[in-house]
Amino acid sequence: MAGSNPNAKPMNLTLKVWRQKNRNTQGSIVDYQVKDISPDMSFLEMLDVLNEDLLRKGEEPVAFDHDCREGICGSCNLFINGRAHGPESGTTTCQLHMRKFNDGDTITIEPWRAAAFPVNKDLSVDRSAFDRIIQAGGYVSINTGGTPDANEIPIPKQIADRAFEAATCIGCGACVASCKNASAMLFVSAKVSQLALLPQGHVERKTRVENMVAQMDKEGFGACTNIGSCAAECPVGISLENIAILNQEFLLAKATSNNLA
Amino acid sequence: MFPDSKIPEGPLAEKWDKHKFNVKLVNPANKRKYDVIVVGTGLAGASAAASLAELGYNVKAFTFHDSPRRAHSIAAQGGINAAKNYQNDGDSVFRLFYDTIKGGDYRAREANVYRLAQVSVNIIDQCVAQGVPFAREYGGLLANRSFGGAQVSRTFYARGQTGQQLLLGAYSALSRQVAYGKVKLYTRSEMLDVVVVDGQARGIITRNLITGEIEQHAAHAVVLATGGYGNVFYLSTNAMYCNVTAAWRAHKRGAYFANPCFTQIHPTCIPVSGDYQSKLTLMSESLRNDGRVWVPKTVETAERIRKGQLKASDVPEEDRDYFLERKYPAFGNLVPRDVASRNAKQMCDEGRGVGSTGLAVYLDFADIIKRTGAEAVAQKYGNLFDMYAKITDENPYQEPMRIYPAVHYTMGGLWVDYNLQTTIPGLYATGECNFSDHGANRLGASALMQGLADGYFVIPYTIGDYLAQTPPKPVTTDHPAFKQTEAEVRARVQKLMSINGTRTPDDFHKHLGHLMWEYCGMARNAEGLRYAKAEIQKLRKEFWSDLKLTGTENELNQALEKAGRVADFIELGELMVDDALDRNESCGGHFREEFATEEGEAKRDDENYAYVAAWQYVGENQPEILNKEQLVFENVKLTQRSYK
Repeated sequence: MAGSNPNAKPMNLTLKVWRQKNRNTQGSIVDYQVKDISPDMSFLEMLDVLNEDLLRKGEEPVAFDHDCREGICGSCNLFINGRAHGPESGTTTCQLHMRKFNDGDTITIEPWRAAAFPVNKDLSVDRSAFDRIIQAGGYVSINTGGTPDANEIPIPKQIADRAFEAATCIGCGACVASCKNASAMLFVSAKVSQLALLPQGHVERKTRVENMVAQMDKEGFGACTNIGSCAAECPVGISLENIAILNQEFLLAKATSNNLA
Repeated sequence: MFPDSKIPEGPLAEKWDKHKFNVKLVNPANKRKYDVIVVGTGLAGASAAASLAELGYNVKAFTFHDSPRRAHSIAAQGGINAAKNYQNDGDSVFRLFYDTIKGGDYRAREANVYRLAQVSVNIIDQCVAQGVPFAREYGGLLANRSFGGAQVSRTFYARGQTGQQLLLGAYSALSRQVAYGKVKLYTRSEMLDVVVVDGQARGIITRNLITGEIEQHAAHAVVLATGGYGNVFYLSTNAMYCNVTAAWRAHKRGAYFANPCFTQIHPTCIPVSGDYQSKLTLMSESLRNDGRVWVPKTVETAERIRKGQLKASDVPEEDRDYFLERKYPAFGNLVPRDVASRNAKQMCDEGRGVGSTGLAVYLDFADIIKRTGAEAVAQKYGNLFDMYAKITDENPYQEPMRIYPAVHYTMGGLWVDYNLQTTIPGLYATGECNFSDHGANRLGASALMQGLADGYFVIPYTIGDYLAQTPPKPVTTDHPAFKQTEAEVRARVQKLMSINGTRTPDDFHKHLGHLMWEYCGMARNAEGLRYAKAEIQKLRKEFWSDLKLTGTENELNQALEKAGRVADFIELGELMVDDALDRNESCGGHFREEFATEEGEAKRDDENYAYVAAWQYVGENQPEILNKEQLVFENVKLTQRSYK
C-alpha cells in the first residue's frame, strides 16, 4: 500500500542514537542501520521499526517518550541532527515524516540536554520541573462550583485569541532544549501571558508571575538572554511576545508587589 | 440478582436535585480524615482529583505519563456540548438529553443522561472561570458551532484544540491542589491491580515505570478515570499508551464490564497508508459543518482516481455523489458518527472509494473556501488542515481531504450505578472508562462533556455518600490482601519476563487488532464473530508461550509495559466478541449484518435487547456470566432513528 506519494522509494539510513541505562550512568552514541524506511512513515514509526528489530534480535529497544502521535500531548522530545524535533519547523517529532530525509542519510538522535531535565533512560527525560512551575502559580484560584455564568465575563475576541495562542503551549520542552542557556522563559511566559491577558487571571497576576519565575530559577533553568531560538524552534509557534509580556508583568509585580512578606 | 442501579425515584427533571439532598454528607472537619485514590489524570480524573481535594479529602492522583497534562483528553479536537441556548435556537436541557438518548440509539439510562445535560451548563461556567480561552464572537461572548446528531448549535470550542484547553484547565486546578498539599501526585506510575479488602476497594498496586518498583497504596475509596479501550483494535485514534489494564484488572476483581461491544468508529480519519502505521489521526467532526462528503458517481471514475489519472478537483459536479446529503436531507453531512461511518464503508464496498487503496471518501471544502475565502477557513480549522498536510503531503485547501472511518471511542466500560460506583463498593469509574451515558453511540462533543461532568459535578457528591458510611479510621496497607495482590502482580510481571519466545508485544497486538477490526469492527456477523473467538483464544495461548521481551523488570522497560497491556487487550477482545454475539440486533456502533432494515440501516430489537449487558468475571477460563440491566424509558418514545 502506498501513501500519498506512490513513487517515493524506501530509504536506508544510519542512526546515531544516544543510549544511557539510567540517570546515574554515563551514556554514549550507538550506531544502528535501518532499512526499507517508507518516506510516508513518521519519524517515530521509523524508530518503531528499529525497536522491533532490536527486540527480535534480543537487544534492548531504545526508550523514548511519545503518546498521542498527533503533535498535541507534548510527550515526544527528540533532538534530531542538532535541532529540537528535527529539521521541519513548526513540527513535533511525531509529526515529522521521513520524506524530509534522503536515502543514505545519517541521523543523530539525542535527548533534550538541560540540567533541569535529567535523563531517565536513552532518549527519555524527566520534565517534572515544568509541572512544579505550574504548581507555583499557573492557575486561577477558584474552586469547582459557584462560578458566574460564562457569558457574564465578556472578553474582546482579539484578547481571547491572543490568550488562546499563548495557551496552546504543549509543554514539550523544545524551548529549553534549543536555548544555549537552557532557559524555560518561553514555557513560563506562555502561561503567564495567557492568564495576564484574561480578566479571570487579573486578581493573581502579580503573585503568579513572581512565584512562577522563582520556581523556574529554583529548578535550575538558565536565564533568558533574548536570543530567540526558543520561539524559532517551538513546534506550536509560541511567540517571543510572551516573554516581553512576562518581563512587563514581572517588573510591574516587583514594583507594586502584593507579596507583603 | 442484578445490583441496584440506584436511580432515584420521581420525575426525570427532579431526580438529581432530590438525590443530592438525599445522599449522606461528610462534615467539613471529617473530610480530611478520608483518603481517595484517583487513577488517571485526563478530564475525568484531573477534574475529580481537584474537586475532591478542594472539598478537603486527601487525594492521591496517579498517571503513567510523565505529567498529568499528557493524558489523551488533550487530543480531543472539536468541542464540548452544553445546553446553554446562547444561540437562541431552541436548545434546552431536555433537548440535549433527547438528542443524546436518541443518538445513543436508546441504549443509555435516561436518568444518567438527563443529569449529564443538566450539569453541562455548569461545566462551561467552570472552565471559563479557570481561564479556558474558548472561541468568542466580536461582542466578547462565547461562540458555538454545530456537531453531528443535533439541529442546534451548542458546541463550545477552542479552535480545533478544545480537549487541550479543557485538560489544561483541569490540570491547572489539579496543580493548585498539589501545591496546597491536598493532592499527592504520582507520575509514571501504572496501576496494575485494585486491592479489595472484605469486599470493598481499599487500594491499588502500581508499578513505578522508571524504577520498576511495585508499590502498595491504600485509601478509603478508589476512582478509576482510565479512559477507553479503543486500542484493542491496534489502529485507532487513541494515543499509543491508551489501554484497558486498570479497568480490566478491576473487572477481574469483581467489577462488571458493560456493553464491551459498543465501540465507536469515527467517520473522518486520515486513511491508513501502510503496514508500518502505528496510529490513525482524526480529523475533527466539526469539519463536517463545512466540508461536504462525496465519492464519484461511478466505479469507472473512482478507478481513474485510484490510478492517479484524475484529480478530485477535476471531477465535474454532475459526476459526484454527495451521498450523505442525498440520503439524509434533514441532517446531511451532520448525521451521527455511526451512520456516517457505515455509509462511507458502503461506498467503498461498492467500489467507489478513492485514494490509492480505494478505502477513502472525500471531505471537500471547495464550497466554503469559495464562499468565505481560505483565510476564514484557516481561522476555524487551520491546525487541522496543517496536520492533514503534514501527514499526507497534500494540500486540503486545493484538493479535498481523503477520509475513512477509524476506531475512536468506546461507549462500553465498567458498569456503574447512578452514583458512578462499580459493583465493587468503594470503586468508582468516571469518564470514558465507565459505560454510563452514551448508549450504543456517542454524539460528537459529548465525551469532554461527560468526563468533566463526572469529575467536577457528579463524583464530588456521590462519593461522599459512600464515605459517610465508612468509618473515618486511617487506612493502611497492613491487611493481607495488599500483600497477596502485590504478590500476584509480581508473579504476572515475572511470568511475562520469563517466557522468552520469539514474537514481540507489538506483533501480538497487530494480530489481535486485525482480528477485531475484520470481525468485530464496523460490521459484524455471527459466523465471523465465532471465528474471531476461536482465533483470539489461540492467540492468547501463543502470547503466553511465545512472547519475546528483553531487559529486566527493574528499570524503564517499555516493551514490558506494552506486553502487560496487550495481554489484557486479548482477554477483553474475547469478551467483546461474546457481547457482540449475544446482541442479536443492530444498534448504534454495533451493526450486525443479519439485523438491518431494507435500506441498510441498523435494526434494533427493543423487545429483547433494551438492556445493558453487564458481564461478570467468575474465574480463569470460565465463561463470563451475562447480567442484564433492563432499560426503562419513561420520557422518550423508542423509535427507529431517522436522520432523513
